[in-house]
Amino acid sequence: MSKETIAVPAKKKKTKEPLFSAKNKRLLYDPLNDNNPITVQVLGICSALAVTVKMKPSIVMALAVVVVCAFSNVIISLIRNIIPNRIRIIVQLTVVATMVILVDQFLKAFLFDVSKQLSVFVGLIITNCIIMGRLEAFAMSNKPWPAFLDGIGNGFGYGMILIIVSMFRELFGSGELLGYRVVPDSFYESGYFNNSLAIMPPMALIIVGILIWIQRSRNQKLIESK
Amino acid sequence: MEYVNIFIKGIFIENMIFAYFLGMCSYLAISKTVKSAVGLGLAVTFVLFVSVPVCYLLEKYVLKAGALQWLSPDFSTVDLSFLSFIMFIATIASIVQLVEMIVEKFVPTLYTSLGIFLPLIAVNCSILGGALFMQEREYANLGEVSAFALGSGVGWFLAIVALSAIREKLRYSNVPGPLRGLGITFILTGLMAIAFMSFMGISL
Repeated sequence: MSKETIAVPAKKKKTKEPLFSAKNKRLLYDPLNDNNPITVQVLGICSALAVTVKMKPSIVMALAVVVVCAFSNVIISLIRNIIPNRIRIIVQLTVVATMVILVDQFLKAFLFDVSKQLSVFVGLIITNCIIMGRLEAFAMSNKPWPAFLDGIGNGFGYGMILIIVSMFRELFGSGELLGYRVVPDSFYESGYFNNSLAIMPPMALIIVGILIWIQRSRNQKLIESK
Repeated sequence: MEYVNIFIKGIFIENMIFAYFLGMCSYLAISKTVKSAVGLGLAVTFVLFVSVPVCYLLEKYVLKAGALQWLSPDFSTVDLSFLSFIMFIATIASIVQLVEMIVEKFVPTLYTSLGIFLPLIAVNCSILGGALFMQEREYANLGEVSAFALGSGVGWFLAIVALSAIREKLRYSNVPGPLRGLGITFILTGLMAIAFMSFMGISL
């Protein structure tokens, strides 16, 4: 069903511009760097940080957000002309909640242990500001295909930060990556300790702060004026 | 005593922001001045306190497995819990709408000072997070749920007011350019969270 909804508008667009025109490519790549949803747009931090203790739940969470973001963008974009303006928030919430229920049931059925680890944070994708923000700012005024790309791009931009943060936290906090031990035993024997602060919540905030620092010192345009 | 314990736990140990990062978006966006932070904090506390108990009743009498038994014994096998996300978010959105209308009618000054924040609370993760934690932790009765909701709200209020006070002072300090604004706010929140970790393990 969802495949059809993407394919049809894409075909129509072809007559006007190619499927991956420069503009559409920008939609996909921009959120990964200069317009990253977390570090630049400041959206979606809410559910982002609590799941980043280990890499596996972060990857699952990132994929869940990509799916929800892309498909709710498409759905809203398809019905954007018939949504009455006054009740658009509730319509958007309903669409997003439906997508999240699908994702949640899927995780419960096929990845039960990860679903348990993510606990309430799957449900909290509904109120993830990235999704609402993109629906409001992009899908409400654009055609389905660009909206789909925008959703994918922002989902991955979010997921990228999630995976970077979780990589550092898992490496320093438990000496593992994706559950495999990477810090050799000889380190521990010579007195190396896992940094237990890294698995505590505060470290996630500090790592994101440092990522923002690095990104902004590389791209001076993003620095906030005083 | 149990209620007080849950209340204190909600404020300090299981603080919505420092332990679970819920409601971070508005927390970062609206913490530039103390005045607006107080307004938003009050609004969030109020909405949490009203909507989480309502969600609890909904959960207990409609959504849980076998919850519809009070209607007729035939429904004792019905399990609607997969609908809880959509029901909770609908409840929260309508309560926010209701609160907005009441405040606009009776306390217009508060309404103008809260401005855009009030409708935005519907998509504040801390409210839905409160409802989902309530569902996950299986509190025993309405009193405990209310204590939890109020505690989380007060904790959120404390966090945003504290951060906004620090940020007001921060304007006079010389922060490195790339760290200015968002970056330093993240690190500050992290340091505050470390401070709050010292409350861990307290129980009354």
